[in-house]
Amino acid sequence: MADTPKISLRGVYKSFGSNHVLRGIDLDLAAGRSLVIIGGSGMGKSVLLKCILGLMHPDKGTICIDNEKVNGLSGRKQAKVMAKFGMLFQGGALFDSLTVWENVAFRLLYADGMKRKQAREHAIAALAQVNLEADTALLRPAELSGGMQKRVGLARAIVARPQIMFFDEPTTGLDPITADVINNLIRRQVSALGATAISITHDMVSARKIADEIAMLYEGKIIWRGPAKDVDHSGNPYVEQFVTGSETGPIKVMAG
Amino acid sequence: MNPLAIIGRATLALIRTAGALAIFSVRGLMAALAPPWYLDQLRAQLLRIGFFSLPVVGLTAVFTGAALALNIYTGGSRFNAEQFVPDIVVLGITRELGPVLASLMLAGRVSAAMAAEIGAMRVTEQIDALKTLSTDPFRFLVAPRVTAAVICVPLLVLVADIIGVFGGYAVSTQTLGFNGATYIRNTMNFVTNWDVISGLIKAAVFGYIIALMGCYHGYNSRRGAQGVGRATTNAVVSAAILIFAANYVLTTLFV
Repeated sequence: MADTPKISLRGVYKSFGSNHVLRGIDLDLAAGRSLVIIGGSGMGKSVLLKCILGLMHPDKGTICIDNEKVNGLSGRKQAKVMAKFGMLFQGGALFDSLTVWENVAFRLLYADGMKRKQAREHAIAALAQVNLEADTALLRPAELSGGMQKRVGLARAIVARPQIMFFDEPTTGLDPITADVINNLIRRQVSALGATAISITHDMVSARKIADEIAMLYEGKIIWRGPAKDVDHSGNPYVEQFVTGSETGPIKVMAG
Repeated sequence: MNPLAIIGRATLALIRTAGALAIFSVRGLMAALAPPWYLDQLRAQLLRIGFFSLPVVGLTAVFTGAALALNIYTGGSRFNAEQFVPDIVVLGITRELGPVLASLMLAGRVSAAMAAEIGAMRVTEQIDALKTLSTDPFRFLVAPRVTAAVICVPLLVLVADIIGVFGGYAVSTQTLGFNGATYIRNTMNFVTNWDVISGLIKAAVFGYIIALMGCYHGYNSRRGAQGVGRATTNAVVSAAILIFAANYVLTTLFV
């Protein structure tokens, strides 16, 4: 069915002790769409992403991918679902004991059992897609700048041509020019793959650039969702305060 | 504060940790026994745990064997039993000091390194990355380390046994006036296969403990650099204590 959402969340709750981080998230995302979830620090964006990815188990609620419930899976069933995903972590999360090309080709080598020579060719092709030369393939992650690490992370996320991509604060810690390069690469790669994408960020420049739609998470709930072009005149005081970065408004920020 | 509440909380925490460790241990064992196996990871760990630990194990063994010979000579001379130095050195080294001291040194070297490495991977989201890349961290990280430790520690202890006996031989022949050929003949006549094998069985168990503690504390590491530091300390301390406890239990069984 064309109307079946690629990703669907219903009544997702997650608490850590008395800290109720997610308080009933309902979310549908159609195939091929790019959704950016914005929100302040500690509002549960990363927890939501980890619940969808299966890295955390929600206390309550269902998460469906292609109309199949995926929360609570483990072992081979979870690995099969993970094969649909590509993830760019905030800090890159590159394996420092491996070279750049081994990082990029990790899934091909270790999960798909591809021969090293062939996997290396795929890795170098993926590196080229994120504007990295083939001679970076033999470097170690520690020898790369922050921007290059993000690009290697992006190459690792796209190499197996995932159906769904996740981006966790893709531009955090980068200078504005490098951040723009990353944003453009994300937009281009998601379009080229025809992938469905969920990103979390509090960088509004990045959000406007990579989103088809933007949703705002506040106090464990999605309080606004709309097309990216509407985010600057949403009519929602919380979104307006967040977008303008104003100290005054309904969002209370703890001092210090 | 109510002392009963403190005791209760501590008891519950202990039971929780024991349960978590038991589950971790079973998951680690299952990952080590059933495919897929990551042989390149296993090779790397065999090299790291086995080959690169040879100097520290060798040095520990040679000095322990030498000191043991001197002490036995001093004690034996009090009732004219100096001739038993080769017998007691080989017995002490193969059954007790070889496995225990080598394993304690490896707990410091290997357990700490595992906890620090896996802990750093935890706090930098590399373990989460493994999962998103359809790779089970237990198979990729824990199983190769546990398997390599169970293989390498007995081999290292075998080397420690030989070097430890040599340490005793060197001191006995160079400073205590023993005849070299007689010392070796007495050693070979006295030692039994079981003395060596029981020590190697202990070593395999200690190897499992060393790897398990390193992996468990690293895997459950939290809160940045401080958490990794704590995991490293806990890995070494808990491995050492469990080695002593397991040594007592195994010695009771092997006597």
